Amino acid sequence: MDSPEAPASTTAPSSRALMAPAAVLERCATGIEGLDDILGGGVPRGNMVLVAGSVGTGKTTLCLEFLVRGAERGERSLFLSVTEASQKLIQNLSTFEFFRPDLVRDGSLVFVDLPGLYDKLGLEHEELSADEIDILIRTISDLVRSLGVKRLVLDSLTSVCYRIRRDEAIRDFMLRLGQSLSNAGCTSLLVSEIGPTQGRYSMHGVEEAIVDGVILLWNTRRQGDILRVLQIVKMRGTAHSRAQYVIELTPIGLLMAPHLKGSHPEGV
Amino acid sequence: MPPADIGERLRAIPGGSAVALKLDPREYADHYFAVLNATLRDLGSEPDAHTIYITVTNPASFVWSLAQALDVPADKISFVDVISHIMMNYANPLPNATYIETPRALEEIMLRVDYLLRKFPHPRSIVVVDSLNALAIHNPRDLLSEFFHIFLTNLKTRNVLTLILMSSDEESGGLEQMLNLLVDETIDVGRGR
Repeated sequence: MDSPEAPASTTAPSSRALMAPAAVLERCATGIEGLDDILGGGVPRGNMVLVAGSVGTGKTTLCLEFLVRGAERGERSLFLSVTEASQKLIQNLSTFEFFRPDLVRDGSLVFVDLPGLYDKLGLEHEELSADEIDILIRTISDLVRSLGVKRLVLDSLTSVCYRIRRDEAIRDFMLRLGQSLSNAGCTSLLVSEIGPTQGRYSMHGVEEAIVDGVILLWNTRRQGDILRVLQIVKMRGTAHSRAQYVIELTPIGLLMAPHLKGSHPEGV
Repeated sequence: MPPADIGERLRAIPGGSAVALKLDPREYADHYFAVLNATLRDLGSEPDAHTIYITVTNPASFVWSLAQALDVPADKISFVDVISHIMMNYANPLPNATYIETPRALEEIMLRVDYLLRKFPHPRSIVVVDSLNALAIHNPRDLLSEFFHIFLTNLKTRNVLTLILMSSDEESGGLEQMLNLLVDETIDVGRGR
């Protein structure tokens, strides 16, 4: 005998429906498959995200792949470099199979050296004044709007903050820059250099409170062997995994695998 | 199963399956060669097949020399060598091998296999783990169980046929139990003669 059909209103929804957000924000797919998977499709469009980690954890490579994948999809991408000359970056990038030099040639992928920009703008003081910070924000915003940039990387925010110094000024700089980039529909990754044992995600500690997301990268040890690990600590506008993933920077791009725990605590 | 029948049996197993190949330690050398013959020549030489061979027991150079004796073409096999580094036997790397520093880096094994599957996509991909016992020497049991659970599930979703070699000695009872929960089939190599 057939069971009577339950009224629609009492049908148990699937767990997916139960957990579904009220609205789904447009995503900026990073193009890094594993990362997009754990972000539920990508970074919400217009988000400003901190990529925090100590040296050698893969921050710059992750950011470069994010830009290349974006440029490939027709989203103009801008790399603002403070710590390394663009030519050297492009040279390093050419060792990856995912890199396409034609993206640089046709202007889809743009590299700008920030120290050169400082010189052009006459930002000479070691500590930037309020006016100079204002000029810097306006210049970056103009660059983004005039070029139609949809993805931006600042490598590194830490280096810029060295010249801003005061917490209030850093907070103001980030709030205004974030607002401007978001209004332009530009998704940004800001590199934050932190020590291996630092208990926060940025040099001053204010940066992580302003940004929409934090992607943390670090090295961990298992019986003396080092593993590179990635974790999404925060990402506004999307449900995301909070698990840890071991990453590998391969010629075809960043690959991720779940970080195995066993019953052994980290560092054993 | 008689060693001579393994190749035929393996050819009949669909992609996405995980199979444990249990070797009798008393006849390990003979059966090991028979299993290589079945996996690399009978199964791996099929037109659309490509084998990713994870070497933990022996260096890739050793397995490759056996594969060459079986006339396996170089383009039909890639190695993930997990043992040469730790043995400091890394001076002459094979062009069709990628090397991992230690068998304890289980995530690296997953990542390198992932890399090779993406880099060389084939309709019939085969992953061979040689062997469970060698991995167990370097890794605690719970970590190994976690690894195999994730690794095999991932390969299953990608329609990859996974073959896990193991020696069924007295010490491996717990390992066998763990593997039984994860594989689709266990083949006792040598039994039934």
